[in-house]
Amino acid sequence: MSTQIAPWIILFTPLAAAALILLLGRFSKSLSAALALASAFTGCALSWWLFKQPDAAQQFSLNWLSFGPDFTVSISFTIDKLSKVMLLVVTSISALVFTYSLGYMREEEGYSRFFGGLSLFLFSMLGIVLASNFVMMFMFWELVGVSSYILIGHYYSKDSAADAGKQAFIVNRIGDFGFMLGILLFWFATGTIVFQEIVEQVPNLTIAPIFLTVACVLVFMGTVGKSAQMPLHVWLPNSMEGPTPVSSLLHAATMVAAGVYMLARIFPILEVVPDAREIIAWVGGITCFAAALMATQQSDIKRILAYSTISQLGYMVLGIAVAPTSDVAMFHLFTHACFKCLLFLAAGSVMIAMHHEVEMWHMGGLRKKLPFTMLCFFLGMLALSGCPFTSGYYSKDLIIEWAVVKIPFLGWMVAGAAGLTAFYIFREFFVIFFGKARSEHAEHAKEQPFVMIVPMLILGVFAITAGWPSIQKNFFTLEYPEHVPHSLHTFLTAMFFGGVGLAALLYFKAAKDPISIPLFANRFYIDDFYYWMVNKIQGGGAAILSWADRWVVDMLVVQVPSKLTWAGGFALRFLQFGNIQAYAFMFGAGVVGLLYILLSK
Amino acid sequence: MSSLSPLLFLILVPIFSALLIMIGANPRSTSILGSAVNLLFLLALVVFYRPMEIGYQFVSSFPVVPHLGISFTLGADGLSLVMLFLSTVVTLAAVCVAKTPENNPRWYYVSLLLISSGVIGAFASVDVFFFYMFHELALIPTFLLIGIWGSGDRQAAAWKATVYLATGSFILLLGIIGLYLIQPVETRSFDLREMIANAQSGLIPDAPGVYLLLLLGFGILVSLFPFHTWAPQAYACAPAPASMLHAGVLKKFGLYGLIRIVAPILPDSVQRFVPLLLVLLIGNILYVGYITIAQKKLDWMLGYSSVMHMGYIFLGFAALNQLSMTGASLMLLSHGLTIAVLFALCGEIRERTGTLDFSELGGIARICPKLGLSFGFAAMASVGLPGFVGFAGELLVFFGAFGSGEPKIGIIDGKEVFGFNMYQIATTCAVWGIVISAIYMLRAYRRIFMGPLPERWSRLPDLSGFSRAAIILLIAVMLILGFFPQILVNLATPALLVP
Repeated sequence: MSTQIAPWIILFTPLAAAALILLLGRFSKSLSAALALASAFTGCALSWWLFKQPDAAQQFSLNWLSFGPDFTVSISFTIDKLSKVMLLVVTSISALVFTYSLGYMREEEGYSRFFGGLSLFLFSMLGIVLASNFVMMFMFWELVGVSSYILIGHYYSKDSAADAGKQAFIVNRIGDFGFMLGILLFWFATGTIVFQEIVEQVPNLTIAPIFLTVACVLVFMGTVGKSAQMPLHVWLPNSMEGPTPVSSLLHAATMVAAGVYMLARIFPILEVVPDAREIIAWVGGITCFAAALMATQQSDIKRILAYSTISQLGYMVLGIAVAPTSDVAMFHLFTHACFKCLLFLAAGSVMIAMHHEVEMWHMGGLRKKLPFTMLCFFLGMLALSGCPFTSGYYSKDLIIEWAVVKIPFLGWMVAGAAGLTAFYIFREFFVIFFGKARSEHAEHAKEQPFVMIVPMLILGVFAITAGWPSIQKNFFTLEYPEHVPHSLHTFLTAMFFGGVGLAALLYFKAAKDPISIPLFANRFYIDDFYYWMVNKIQGGGAAILSWADRWVVDMLVVQVPSKLTWAGGFALRFLQFGNIQAYAFMFGAGVVGLLYILLSK
Repeated sequence: MSSLSPLLFLILVPIFSALLIMIGANPRSTSILGSAVNLLFLLALVVFYRPMEIGYQFVSSFPVVPHLGISFTLGADGLSLVMLFLSTVVTLAAVCVAKTPENNPRWYYVSLLLISSGVIGAFASVDVFFFYMFHELALIPTFLLIGIWGSGDRQAAAWKATVYLATGSFILLLGIIGLYLIQPVETRSFDLREMIANAQSGLIPDAPGVYLLLLLGFGILVSLFPFHTWAPQAYACAPAPASMLHAGVLKKFGLYGLIRIVAPILPDSVQRFVPLLLVLLIGNILYVGYITIAQKKLDWMLGYSSVMHMGYIFLGFAALNQLSMTGASLMLLSHGLTIAVLFALCGEIRERTGTLDFSELGGIARICPKLGLSFGFAAMASVGLPGFVGFAGELLVFFGAFGSGEPKIGIIDGKEVFGFNMYQIATTCAVWGIVISAIYMLRAYRRIFMGPLPERWSRLPDLSGFSRAAIILLIAVMLILGFFPQILVNLATPALLVP
C-alpha cells in the first residue's frame, strides 16, 4: 500500500460505514456496530502505519469544484507531522470509545442510529485533520456540526436533549459565520484558499496589517465556536445531554479539538500577525480561568468535566498564542485527549451503575462498589490536575511557562487556574467515591463488563505516561522557554497541593456542599443572558417585524396602489364576477389584448 | 425553418397527458406516467447534449410575427438543461405526492400538468416573447390551484397572489417591450441570440428605465423585498404540489430571466443600480430571515424561508461575475429541489395531523421515522450543509460576491486602512444568513419532530408509496449533485455570458 492511498481509505471508510448503517441498520443492530468498529479500527491501524512512513511529496488530489486558477476547491490532503499525530489521536481514541460504546449502549434506544452518527462524526473529524485547504476544512467543519447535532440530540424525545443538540449546532454556526468571512478575507488578500500557498504569500503581502489581523480573528471565531471558548462556550456543558461515549469522543478527539487543530494548521500565518495572537491569548486565558471557576460549583458529574474541558481548551488556545511552535498546544491536546476521554468513560461507568443518575450529591461511597472505575477516574484525575510526573503535568506546565514569559499577567492567572483544576476535580472525586452512599442506587451499584473496563485501563496507562519525555519526543518537537521565573514551579506545586488539600478538607466526608457561590454556580449568568437575548430581544424583534411585514409593508406596497387603482377603476366595477376563474380568465385575456395593441402597429 | 426540436416533445407531453385526462384517462396514473416519460426524455437529451459546443442546441424556429421579429424558437444550452431538469423532476415529484382531491380531480391534475408545460416552455424558449408567454400560461393554473383546492383563507391568498403576479407580469411585459424598442430599428428582434449579439456589438445603449422595469417585474415574480408579501401566504394556502411547482420551479423564472437576459444585454444598467439591488436583497436575507424565525406555523415558515433564499441568488446576480452567477445558477436548482421536498413533507404532515402549528406538534420522528429522516435531510440541505448541492451554490455566491468590485483601501494620516466595499458588506450580511437559516430550520425540526410525542399523534402512519419514492428521488438528486457539483458547473458556466 502506498502512502497516497492510505489517507483516502482512512477518511472514506467511516463514511461508507455511516452510509451502510443508514441503509441496513434497521435490519441488524450488531451489523451496525460491527461496521462502525471496523471503520474505526481500520483507520486506527492505517494511521499508525502511516505515522511510521516518510512524508510523501506529492498528494493525490481530486477537484471538487473547479474554475481554473481563480478558484478551485480540491479534496486533497496535507500529510505532515501535525496531521499524522492528529490522525493517531482521533482514530485511536475513536476505536477505544466505539468499543466502550458496545457495552454502554447495549440497552439503549436507537443503537444503529448511534453507531451511524459516530461513524459520520469520525469521518467529519478526519476530513478536518486531512484538509489541505480552507474550504475543504470548512466543509468538514460543518459536517462535524451536524454530526454533533445528531449525537447530542440522540435522546431526541427528551426536551433537554433536543434543545441541547439544536443549541450546539446554532452556536457553532455563529462561529462558522466568522470562519467563513475569515476564509473570504484570506482568499481576497492572497487569491488562494490552499494553506500552503497562503503561508507562502502572507509575508510578501502589501496589504494593510490590520487586514490580516481581522482575517485571523475572524477565522479564530470558528475556533471559539467549535472549541467552546468564551463567549460561545455555552453549548458544551449542555452537550452532556448526549450519551456519555459521545461526550467522551467530543471532548477528547473530535469536535472541540478541531478548533485548536485548525489554529495549529494555520500557525505559520498566525506567527506573522502578532496582534491576532495577542487577542487569541486573552480569549484563551480568560476562558481557561473563568471556566475553572464555574467548574468549582457544579454538581452534575459530567458538567464538571465539561467546564474542565472548556478550561483546558483555554490552555491550548493560549498555548497557540504564546508558544513559538504549535507543538506546545498540540502536546496538551494529545495528553488531554487521553485523560479527558478516560474521565468521561469513568463518569459514564458511574452513571450506568447509578441508573443514569448524574447528580453527584446522590452518590457517595462508590469506591468499594466500583474499584476499577475509581482507579481509572483517579488516573485521569491525576493527569488533569497536573500531578507531577503525569502527562498533564508536562504539557500544561509548558504552556503556563510560555504564558508567564510572554504575557506575565495571563501566565500567572492560568497558573492560578491550575490550582482551581486540582480543587474541582478532587472535589468531584471525593463526593462520588468517598463518604456515605447518599441514595438507594449508590448502595447497590455494580461494576461494568470488561468491554467497558478494558478501554479505560488502556487509556489510564496513556493518561499517566503520554507526557513522559521519552514518549512524547516521538510525536512532538517542543521548545522550552528560557528565563522562567524560579518561583513559578514552586507556585504550581503549591497550587496543586493547595487545591487537593482544600478539596479534601471541605469534601472528603461532606454530605452536602459546604460552600455556595451563586455567581460560579450560575456560570456568571452568561447562559441566562443569552436566553434573555434570544427570547426577548431576537424573538421579540422578529415578532414585531413579522407583524409589520404582514400589516405595514404589505399595505404600503399593495393596498395603497390598489386603493388608487380601485378608485380609478370605479367605472369598471361591473366587471367583477367574484370568482377566481373569472379573474384568471380576464387576466389572461387582458395580457393578450394588451400585447395585441402594443405590438401590431 | 429547421427540423423539429425534441424540446417541443417535452412541452407537449404534459399537454397531451392533460388532454387524455380530460377525455377520461385516470388522472393520477396518467400524470405520473407522463411526468416520468418527460423526465426520462430530458435525461436522454442531457446525454445527447454536447457540452463542448457553445450556444443553443436542439434548436428549431417557426416565425410567428416576422415583421416584429417574433418566432417560436426553442433551444437549450447547459443552463436551460439544468432548469429543464429541475422542472421535470419537480413535476414528477409533485404529481406523485399530490393527494387526489374530491372536487374536480381531473382539473386538479390538468392544472399541475399545465404548470409543468408552461415552465418547460419558458426554459426551452430562445425567444423572449415566448419565454414570457409560457410563464403566463403556467401562472393561470397556479392561481386556480390555490383558489380552488387550497386550504385556509385560500380565496384571499389567491387574490393577493394574482394582484401581485399580474402586476409584476405587466411591468415585466413593459420592460420586455422596452428591451425590444431600444434595439436599433433594423436589427430589432425578440430572439435572445440576436438581442445579445446586438448588445455585444454595442448597438444597445445603457437604458436605466428599461432595466428598472425588468428588475421590478422579475423582482415581484421572485418575491424581491419589499414585494414579497404575497409569497408566504400563497404557499401556505396552496396545495402541496402547487407550492412545490411554484416555489420550486416557476418562481425561478424571474431570476433565470435576470441572469439570462438582463445581465448580458444591460450590464451597465445593472451595474448602475447595484447599490439599490444590494439593499433590497439584504432585505430578503436579513429582514425576511428574522421574520422567518418568528413564524409559528410550518407552511408560513417555509414560505418565508423561500423568500429569504432568493436573496442569495439575487446576490449572485448582482455581483455579475462568473463565480457568483454560476453560484446563482446552482442555487436556482438546489433551492428548487430543497423547497420542493420541504413543501411535499409539509403537505404530508398536514395530511396526517391537520395542523402545522408548532405548538400543537412534537415528537413525530418517533412514530414516523422515515418522515423525520427525510425532513432532516431536507432541512440540512436548506441550511446549506456540505454534501448537498446548495452548499456549492452558496459557496460560489459568497466567493463571487466577495471578490466583486474594487478593494476599498485608502490612506488616512499616512496609514493604509482597509474598508469593505459594498459587495463585501452585502456578502457579510448574507453569510450571517447561514446562522438565521440554521435557527429557524432547527427550531422547526425541534418543534415538529423532537421532544415528547403527544398522545393524540401516537397513531400517525409513516411515509409510504409514491410520496416516499418521490421524496427519496429529490433527496438523492440533491446528494449526488452535492457530491459532484462540477457536473452542474460544466453545464451552466459556459452558458453564462459574463459582462
